[in-house]
Amino acid sequence: MSASRPIVLRTGYRGQTGMLNWVLHRVTGLGIVLFVGMHVIAAFGMQQFANDLATAVTAFYESWGFQIFVYFCVLFHAFNGTRLALVDLFPALLRYQRELYWLQWIIFLPAYLLPVFFLLQTGLAAG
Amino acid sequence: MQPTRLTRSAGSLDYSLWLFTRLSGLGLMLFAALSMAAAFMLGARSLLDLPTMLRWMFFPNPNHVVNSNIPDVSLGWSNAFWQIFGFLMILLASAHGFNGVRMVLEDYLRSPLAVLIVRGLLLVIWLGCLIIAVYVILAS
Repeated sequence: MSASRPIVLRTGYRGQTGMLNWVLHRVTGLGIVLFVGMHVIAAFGMQQFANDLATAVTAFYESWGFQIFVYFCVLFHAFNGTRLALVDLFPALLRYQRELYWLQWIIFLPAYLLPVFFLLQTGLAAG
Repeated sequence: MQPTRLTRSAGSLDYSLWLFTRLSGLGLMLFAALSMAAAFMLGARSLLDLPTMLRWMFFPNPNHVVNSNIPDVSLGWSNAFWQIFGFLMILLASAHGFNGVRMVLEDYLRSPLAVLIVRGLLLVIWLGCLIIAVYVILAS
């Protein structure tokens, strides 16, 4: 029996190199808006009214676990956005789209994982 | 595979916002790099933890880095240059962010009325954010 269509993972992922970044760009973008919005409102409520809920929200987004999430959002969005903007503004780069994609991940992973290592280290040591 | 060529009529709002997203994104990278360089010059060298770095980079304002425990931090940031710098950064970032939310939402909206309501709401929230930003910048 031969496969009549490309083999698809159980996840339904078929986007090759593009779709994962497209989804992550949206999710991280919305994540940043969510975080910044929450941060502005909570900081305002804490400083002006000493509100308990605002203080709890501030403690939540200052925790090291949430910082790992925020840092992923900011760094991925920045790296992917730079690649996107460069390719869109200089369409000649489209020839090297695949190479740029891998270059982005090769730079992103150490730039993300090294600080995460230290965040985990200090976070877990503090308990 | 041939790259898909999308045609956009030059000068349309859609095209302007498409271009704005790219340019403001690159501009924000430049702003972040400048804030980071300034943070090092103002004495962040000895305090290189990640949260501090992010606070310095994305909103260079004395109120924002008050937890960083750096001597004379308010002297370094509270002048007209950094106030305008901070406002421009907030302006670019919030416009970029709210326009992004608009684009994501409009991918899932069918009726023109819903699109109009979402645009109106986002515009109001965006302006509210800018007013808060001006308050924080001028009050610190």
